[in-house]
Amino acid sequence: MLARDAWREMRGRVVFWLSAVVLALAVAMAAVPGVFAAMGPNERCELRMSKRGPASGAVFGYDLQGCDYWSQIVHGTRASIMIGIAVTVAALAIAIVLGLLGGYYGGLLDALISRVTDVFFGIPFVLGATVVLVAFPDHGIWAMTLVLVLLGWTTMTRLMRGQVIAVRNMDFVEAARMLGASDRRIMFRHILPNAIAPVFVVAMLNVGNVIAGEATLDYLGVGLQYPDVSWGLQLNVAQSFFAEYPHLLVFPALFLTAAVLSFLTLGDVVRDALDPRLR
Amino acid sequence: MRYAAHRLAQAVPVFFATTFVIYAMVFVLPGDPILALAGDKPVPDQVLDVMREHYHLDEPLLVQYGRYMLGLLHGDLGETFTGQPVSELLQDRWGVTAQLAATAWIFELAVGIALGVVAGLRRGGIADTAVLAGTTFVIAAPVFVVGYTAQIVFGLNLGLFPTAGTDEGWPGSYLLPGMVLGSFGLAYVARLTRTALVENLRSDYVRTATAKGMRRRRVVGVHALRNSLIPVVTFLGVDFGNLMAGAVVTEGIFNLPGIGQQVFQSIQLQEGPVVVGVTTVLVMIFIAANLAVDLLYGVLDPRIRRARA
Repeated sequence: MLARDAWREMRGRVVFWLSAVVLALAVAMAAVPGVFAAMGPNERCELRMSKRGPASGAVFGYDLQGCDYWSQIVHGTRASIMIGIAVTVAALAIAIVLGLLGGYYGGLLDALISRVTDVFFGIPFVLGATVVLVAFPDHGIWAMTLVLVLLGWTTMTRLMRGQVIAVRNMDFVEAARMLGASDRRIMFRHILPNAIAPVFVVAMLNVGNVIAGEATLDYLGVGLQYPDVSWGLQLNVAQSFFAEYPHLLVFPALFLTAAVLSFLTLGDVVRDALDPRLR
Repeated sequence: MRYAAHRLAQAVPVFFATTFVIYAMVFVLPGDPILALAGDKPVPDQVLDVMREHYHLDEPLLVQYGRYMLGLLHGDLGETFTGQPVSELLQDRWGVTAQLAATAWIFELAVGIALGVVAGLRRGGIADTAVLAGTTFVIAAPVFVVGYTAQIVFGLNLGLFPTAGTDEGWPGSYLLPGMVLGSFGLAYVARLTRTALVENLRSDYVRTATAKGMRRRRVVGVHALRNSLIPVVTFLGVDFGNLMAGAVVTEGIFNLPGIGQQVFQSIQLQEGPVVVGVTTVLVMIFIAANLAVDLLYGVLDPRIRRARA
């Protein structure tokens, strides 16, 4: 019912369709880069073309290694999209389980979960991630995902717990308990559907934030490493040359910003649609 | 009072646990720092043993951590593996980061609330749409993209601000980096203020105030805005800690010699003591800010004080 109302609200909005189209394109680029890019990752690079600007045959110009920049940027989509979605799904799962357990049972378990959440909430993101990533230099996409989950599950968990506490004493939960439903059934069939909406909105916003965070770590040089291809790495290279060769900075920044912007906008639109007070 | 004591009692174990997690994380950094200090030259075992003992590297992790915390009570952050006290190394750098964070914070507070009020008063108007679109864009653009763009446009092309370094002192050298660092928080402050104001302007007490014949300015300024600022205060408090920690990137772009740059170098050089020292102080600031916000929250909104005590 709520979902159908929300859908009716959303489909009338231009920004919803704009961000949906951008995201569909980004996901397609991540899934089948070969359709969009002429070259494979780091393929057919010619050093003599290094840093040349846009020209016929290479609309985005060439990167430092003389690779076709358009192809490189298309291949960079996969790292961002995959990490963004994987981290958020994992963090959402943690948030749902811990939030339900802590919020529903309360007491000692809740206190324990809340304090552990506080501990991880207090670790500064860039410093914490840098320390871990430097400790394990040979990390790929999955290790990056793990680090970002480790530092990023707290916000949703807190929100989920608050939502569960708000819902757990409502009449329909009492009714279910009277009818003899088990704790697990009450939590997953009755409380969860009524508590998840705001957490889901934050999760969508979170995808954008994770993508930006991952790019920041790449940019600082502690994230993904060559021969991986990612927008953050391209921006890391661009920082030394952008004054003379602005195209190195502009194009990956444009893609990165468009992807993050779309996730954030989509989250905003969904929130507006789910929250009748804002109509 | 009971509420304050309760919150304080919660904050203390969190502080120890967080700093311990960081301490343990830095401890697992691979490589032997003593060997790294010697470079390529072989080190006699005797020297190794003496050095390990001097830096207490031969003791269990928990004992090392306890020793570190005891030192912290006296303001001692340990020493680097070249024998320089960490607190001395960071002495000049705190000022730079604090000035940067303060500039960003004031910028967030003043401009963010102003934009939020302008947008919230005319919901759906041109100003509102512009603020919403602008803030979404600022939130989406990573800080280094904003930073480089600002550096090229305002520093290089227009020549309004110095592009790098701290030669001009405060405020000259800190304005542009501060605005870049604060841009993200500014967008959040503006949006929070706007949403809360829109909601409160529709409430019964605002209608009552208007019906009493109160002037619009007073209704908005005193009645609606005061309640709307509660979530904003929360965000601003927590964000001060984030600004200090998030300064790494901004300091890199504008070449400001703050703690962010120092700690980033130290991580890559495996200077554990510096990393732990800085992070411990940052965690302290972060937890203190959180605590202050929680207490202030109780003052601003009596309902919270009663509900939680």
